Amino acid sequence: MTTYIIRRVAWLIPVVFVVSVITFLLMHAAPGTPFQPVSDRPLPPAVIERLEEQFGLNEPIYIQYVNWVGNILQGDLGPSYRIRGRGVSDIIADNMWASVQLGTMSFALAVILGIPLGVIAALRQNKWPDYLSTFISVIGIATPSFVLAVLLVLIFSVTLHWFPTSGWRGPEYWVLPVVALSGYGIAQVARYTRASMLEVTRRDYVRTAQSKGLKERSIVTVHMLRNAFIPVVTILGPLLAGLITGSFVVESVFAIPGIGRFFVDAIFQRDYGLIMAVTLLYAVLIAVMNLVVDVAYAWIDPRIRYS
Amino acid sequence: MAVQSTTIDRKLAERPPASLWRDAFERLLRNRLAILGAVIVLLLILLAVFGPFITPYEYSQTDTQLVREARGPANPGEAGHLFGTDILGRDLLSRIMDGARISMTVALVVQVTVLLIGVPIGALAGWFGGRIDNLLMRFTDITYAFPDLLFIILLTVVFKDTWFGGAMDGLLLVFVAIGIVSWVGVARLVRGQMLSLKETEYVEAARAIGVPDRKIVTRHLLPNAIGPIIVAVTLGIPGAILAEALLAFIGIGANPPRASWGTLITDGQTWMSSEPHLLLFPAIAIALALLSFTFLGDGLRDALDPKLKGKQ
Repeated sequence: MTTYIIRRVAWLIPVVFVVSVITFLLMHAAPGTPFQPVSDRPLPPAVIERLEEQFGLNEPIYIQYVNWVGNILQGDLGPSYRIRGRGVSDIIADNMWASVQLGTMSFALAVILGIPLGVIAALRQNKWPDYLSTFISVIGIATPSFVLAVLLVLIFSVTLHWFPTSGWRGPEYWVLPVVALSGYGIAQVARYTRASMLEVTRRDYVRTAQSKGLKERSIVTVHMLRNAFIPVVTILGPLLAGLITGSFVVESVFAIPGIGRFFVDAIFQRDYGLIMAVTLLYAVLIAVMNLVVDVAYAWIDPRIRYS
Repeated sequence: MAVQSTTIDRKLAERPPASLWRDAFERLLRNRLAILGAVIVLLLILLAVFGPFITPYEYSQTDTQLVREARGPANPGEAGHLFGTDILGRDLLSRIMDGARISMTVALVVQVTVLLIGVPIGALAGWFGGRIDNLLMRFTDITYAFPDLLFIILLTVVFKDTWFGGAMDGLLLVFVAIGIVSWVGVARLVRGQMLSLKETEYVEAARAIGVPDRKIVTRHLLPNAIGPIIVAVTLGIPGAILAEALLAFIGIGANPPRASWGTLITDGQTWMSSEPHLLLFPAIAIALALLSFTFLGDGLRDALDPKLKGKQ
């Protein structure tokens, strides 16, 4: 297992390298530069030339890439070309926290609510808990996060005044964004848990346990849950990736000072350093989280042996 | 004994020959949610194909009568507009019907892109194994590592000014970009199917009589893997529709006056408190589409899964 984890972490290096090269090339292929945005008022050519020289943007692209890698290895993410006087590291450090909080809380909520919903629905199949759980799943699947966000604001902030409409300053600010972002996740986790619990119910070992006269409680906890979780764990990786990259929409509805909005702005403004930093941050985050999910997978299902 | 055997014979004779597909179809018919989903999907497809002939108005046409009266948008049911009009006096029903066209095209183009990339990569990796498998799967892992939406945004910005970026009101590029990041699941699925199917006896038999590799893959392996592929493609459609809506929300998508459901929702939320119908109707439209594809996909999965045979 340890060797497996070490190998997976080592595998991060080529992944990050390829992702960075492709992003670097695409970014430079986009029309315009940080100082020559396609739709802005143009700066005088002499000024552009001096700025590009100052930041090394007049060099051939591979030299620029090598320089960038060199700086990264020294822990320097470079300057932001568009947000004056601020380094990319500062921007990331100041804003990453809110995004990470939003993402992890939403993921946690999806798991903590989704699994019991699915389990209860399966145990009380075609009774009201099942219908309630299905109803919640249907809403979660059918409502894109930004629609859910807008509806939540309309109901719980504007009408009921229970929660603030925007910001990220304390627990009362967290509720609506986290619910909006995790709605889809809750639904998916509940659906998969329900299906897989129903599948497990038909297994021979469950029937054996029932005929032995075991209590329902111990059949469920000892025999069913762990086996039912195995297929559910496989969707957690993609779910988490979706939550992380999709959070910028919710961030924008609730004006949360997270990383998401910088990425979109950075692309439109060709803020090269910031684009690279955010892409790589997300890539590493997704890869690490997937590793965690895979390890959890092996832990839940001892039959799985990574070699 | 004789009596018993004749009843069995008669039963066998009465039972139509059971192919996997007929069985699956019969199981699907018994699933009410899946049938509901299939009906809505069918309606949406019809709407996408024939929409322009049956919309009450042009999606881009302003009701000049409303403008002349210098009043706000029509409410649902007012002035001959069943769903009302938007801020510019354009018929909302017609715009939503045109949006159905866009969403169904997303479904089609994204999934075709996914199949065109995912199936060959998965098939090659699974069939050849070894070094080719390793290489292709590492490539798949790297694609999986890209933060999807960020990569799509980058792609659309890069190619915006090419002819490709202008095709279909700017939408084709967005769709293909979504497809380019979404094929990983299908590739892994096809590879897994190949790995298990190539050990089967009929493949061994085909090999023994000297059927060329290419023919084994296309004639025997892919057709047998097609069930799970259909399910994956159907269940992938809601994701594609959602991705398009998310992109529309940040302003990447159809060039005005064209509007996808995502665009309509984004516009609608601006006027949410005074004109709730502008948000409500497109949100219901997208909800219907997402649910019907999900129900249909779930139903197909249950119907095509031979493990469930006889258990329902």
